[in-house]
Amino acid sequence: MRRKGLYFFAAVIVSAAVPAMADSSDEIAKYRQLLADGNPAELWEMRGEELWKMKAGPKNVTLEKCDLGKGPGVVKGAYAELPRYFKDVNKVMDLEQRLVHCRMTLQGLTLEQATAIPFGAAGKPSTIEPIVSYVTAESRGIKMSVPMSHPEEKRAYEIGKKIFFYRGGSHDFACATCHSTDNQRIRLQDLPNLLNKSNAQAAYTTWPAYRVSQGEVRTMQHRLNDCFRQQRFPQPLYGSDVITAVTMFMAKNADGGVYNGPALKR
Amino acid sequence: MKKIAIVLAVTATIAGCATVAADTDYGKAAMAMLKSDFKSKGPATLERVLKQDEVQELCSEYPHDLPKDKAAALEASQLKTIKYPIDGKYLGDWKSGEKIAQSGRGMQSSDAVGSPNGGNCYACHQMTKEEISFGNIGPSLYHYGKLRGQSEDIVKYTWAKIYNPQAFSACSNMPRFGHNGILEEKQIKDVMALLLDPASPVNK
Repeated sequence: MRRKGLYFFAAVIVSAAVPAMADSSDEIAKYRQLLADGNPAELWEMRGEELWKMKAGPKNVTLEKCDLGKGPGVVKGAYAELPRYFKDVNKVMDLEQRLVHCRMTLQGLTLEQATAIPFGAAGKPSTIEPIVSYVTAESRGIKMSVPMSHPEEKRAYEIGKKIFFYRGGSHDFACATCHSTDNQRIRLQDLPNLLNKSNAQAAYTTWPAYRVSQGEVRTMQHRLNDCFRQQRFPQPLYGSDVITAVTMFMAKNADGGVYNGPALKR
Repeated sequence: MKKIAIVLAVTATIAGCATVAADTDYGKAAMAMLKSDFKSKGPATLERVLKQDEVQELCSEYPHDLPKDKAAALEASQLKTIKYPIDGKYLGDWKSGEKIAQSGRGMQSSDAVGSPNGGNCYACHQMTKEEISFGNIGPSLYHYGKLRGQSEDIVKYTWAKIYNPQAFSACSNMPRFGHNGILEEKQIKDVMALLLDPASPVNK
């Protein structure tokens, strides 16, 4: 059935890609419906599962012992409880940071190797995007429940909140400029109010997503990088604590929402 | 009874201090993270983002609830920053203004240093009947000049509003196009013409 959906996608993309680019929410909703059973992100999920179970790195081991917070090897439901505090590193990590950590500690990769090509392009595929797709898909249908009991988790949330409201740069923009009021748009692009629970849930639970306009699955860090770019901020480092803090703020605001990624977006 | 009141007062003060201290601490930690986790790229420099001016600092601190006295003081000091055109000419070419209103380029980490900046007016404002892809963060400017005319007051106010909107609405979301050097004087004149020239599609 899944396969069939993908073939169907191939047939549909020719005719449906154009309206999907038309920046219209209705058209995109229709497009999503057409592809309900065949999001191309499934290819990334399958590839990610292979990579997760493939022996790699100088130590030639798989990632199956990686502890994503629910114990070594537990992938099911792990993403719905991230970011979270990890005792072994004494800090809060989001999924992408934790993956880097596992690839370094379990497989013996260097930081450079573990963070190579975080965002893929044609002919230059990422290994991170598929693994993130696999791990997040394993939380599909599960309610977001980000822990806040450890002081470091509370701290990450509060720092994320400060950054959300931090205005700076040439245009005086903050995250809040576009994401703290209901029913706002830039051009025809709807903007989620990330302080409003249902908006925050709808936004957070649908990343990562297969971006039709880019032909790739993009992760939360990619989404935030692009926001900061448009905010006229400098570039955030991959897998940095600032991204985890902002992610923590958004994830907690989305608490209780049913996780539904990797999704399909324009 | 008195003792209890004192104890309560002391506890409240300590609790109050603790909240303020923690908040300051989160603010400092956020600054440290911005500093360590972002790197300058193209025209988007780390130095510029780290160094907040009074508008950025106050509006970050009070995202929803800037006290009225602080708002008035901010508007007054920002009003003083506005530079009007030396040659006394306020209106340029609306066709160039339309191009500036359409362009969202400039000052992003993906842009080349020194490349021309757009005004990106349509991102937030309705401007003309023809362009249906417009945002709604700012009010509609359709028929801006037709409704207001071209009196000296209107012309100067419009210039000042584009140059530094913080002078009229503290913590406005609108960029300070003149004050922050996003648009050059000539570009602001062209956007002025787009808004006020009777021949502009904004006023058709």
